[in-house]
Amino acid sequence: MNAEERKKYWKENLRYVAILLSIWFVVSYGFGILLVDVLNEIRVGGFKLGFWFAQQGSIYVFVVLIFVYVRLMNKLDKKYNVHE
Amino acid sequence: MGIQTWTFIIVGITFALYIGIAIWSRASSTKEFYIAGGGVSPLANGLATAADWMSAASFLGMAGIIAFAGYDGSVYLMGWTGGYVLLALLLAPYLRKFGKFTVPDFIGDRYYSNVARTVAVIAALFVSFTYVAGQMRGVGVVFSRFLDVPINTGVYIGMTIVLLYAFLGGMKGITYTQVAQYCVLIFAFMVPAIFISIMATGNPIPQLGFGSAGEDGIYLLDKLDGLMTDLGFTAYTDGSKSMTDIFFITAALMLGTAGLPHVIIRFFTVPKVRDARKSAGYALLFIAILYTTAPAVAVFARTNLMETVEDKPYQELPDWFSNWENTGLIAWSDKNGDGKVQYLPGSAVADKKPVFSTEKGQFGERLVSNPSTTPNELYVDRDIMVLANPEIAGLPNWVIALVAAGGLAAALSTAAGLLLVISTSISHDLIKKQLAPNISDKRELWIARGSSLIAVCVAGYFGINPPGFVASVVALAFGLAASSFFPAIVMGIFSKRMNKEGAIAGMVAGLGITIYYIARFKLGWIGSPENSGPDNWWFGISPEGFGTIGMIINFIVSIAISQFTPAPPEEVQEIVENIRIPSGAGDAIEH
Repeated sequence: MNAEERKKYWKENLRYVAILLSIWFVVSYGFGILLVDVLNEIRVGGFKLGFWFAQQGSIYVFVVLIFVYVRLMNKLDKKYNVHE
Repeated sequence: MGIQTWTFIIVGITFALYIGIAIWSRASSTKEFYIAGGGVSPLANGLATAADWMSAASFLGMAGIIAFAGYDGSVYLMGWTGGYVLLALLLAPYLRKFGKFTVPDFIGDRYYSNVARTVAVIAALFVSFTYVAGQMRGVGVVFSRFLDVPINTGVYIGMTIVLLYAFLGGMKGITYTQVAQYCVLIFAFMVPAIFISIMATGNPIPQLGFGSAGEDGIYLLDKLDGLMTDLGFTAYTDGSKSMTDIFFITAALMLGTAGLPHVIIRFFTVPKVRDARKSAGYALLFIAILYTTAPAVAVFARTNLMETVEDKPYQELPDWFSNWENTGLIAWSDKNGDGKVQYLPGSAVADKKPVFSTEKGQFGERLVSNPSTTPNELYVDRDIMVLANPEIAGLPNWVIALVAAGGLAAALSTAAGLLLVISTSISHDLIKKQLAPNISDKRELWIARGSSLIAVCVAGYFGINPPGFVASVVALAFGLAASSFFPAIVMGIFSKRMNKEGAIAGMVAGLGITIYYIARFKLGWIGSPENSGPDNWWFGISPEGFGTIGMIINFIVSIAISQFTPAPPEEVQEIVENIRIPSGAGDAIEH
């Protein structure tokens, strides 16, 4: 693998990380903390939405984010032929 | 059968299982002892990581804390799960590719410096000892409560069990016992939770149950908010901490989680880089099962408690109330003399814990000699919520015994993981890497076993004689991990320019300021107590959340210093290039 390919592979990886960490930030710090009062005006069943994100929703999203990253990176590794 | 008989049977079976696994998985080389030979499947590693991570505090304490903190309890839920996203995206795959045995290994090699390695060893030892003392204590407490032995005897039994499989099997033995311990603890946590959810709302899934309505058709959370605001508490779903503080505490816990050596080290045990990513996903999935159930348990428990006791005559309360009163974890003092329990905001006792006189009051209650001046009459220790829940809900005895076995599994698995970090730090990072580099693998293995023996004894000593500050220094453990390891590792991977001068200065600055802040505002070792209250906190950030600031300072100092000092040598930059590409990890672990 030449230097240019390495650079491209690393750049694509960083892009995935940036996107996924933005979502990570929005669901926890955004929905669960900074915007909690606004979202609490919305109700889903017995939950106020902000409270739900802080104690339930953010955790579900975290799990999904990791598995999405696993999939994206497995594909990327294959594309650049750096898988094991 | 009684609770005690059931507890002996269930705890006995689980202990026999752990010992059996220990004998089956003996380690024969340092590679097996340190990283289980690097051959653990991602699923097994996920299970082991989850057990490693969830301590007695997660299992026994967290639901109770949330029950009393309401929305404010979210900091633990998000903080102790969100860190795994950072681990999976920023740390685990690269550290696996780097392929050595320990976190100080990485810091020492990447920053081509034994000073950096030593700073990392000291931080790793400090974090792990802080943590392990609490676990040993937890083992003792569970034993004493359910098997009726003194706390110290409980600590000795726990020490023996952990030593057996840590000594024989090292990481290999620990990994497979942790897999078994995860199964025990999650079963023990979920069974009562499901029972209680069905009783409260008819919904067997606790995560949905606490958002549903009870028999009266009122949503459970609305009912609880109503009960609490009527009595003058803040509504359960609102919380009383400032938004800034919530933000910084959550961040410090997440960053600390991602920097804890006993968690990071688990990702060295899988065969491939892709397995490291995947097992982080499994780990969080298994952790999430407990962490999404805990807030539900908290709501059921709090509602149950308030409905059972508030404004009820003491003599008509169910048996569990006086059982726990006898252990000193519940206390009632009839301040207005009406014979009923008034459960109101404020502390019911003048100090942190109630002091009981030997006499009984006119209703048969244990008299408290230090009642406070608030109208609140009820003291409830937060730790009993998970333990008392099955009793409060009237569940069968075997369920209560199961909870005891679960608490022990949680405490033992975390203690074992921490002890391995401690013994590895001594035998590998200090002796093999610095003092005696020429010792054979066999010698090193025996030194590792010897250090695990010493580590168990020290941990046991702290479990029996807990230093007064242990409870409050969990903040310190997370703050230290967040302000030292996390930035040093992340920059080691993502910046080729970061050099040893920058990294060392950053770690020292981050650690220094965090230790200072906690010593100043949490432990009261520096400055006068009058001006160490919340009004004096910098930017309104509590000591628990200060690790976040420590981390930011570490980043700033590192980057600034590295600009004025020479770039790292060519071969180090090559290491960085190399760890960014997954292929070839198989060769990297042989060294």
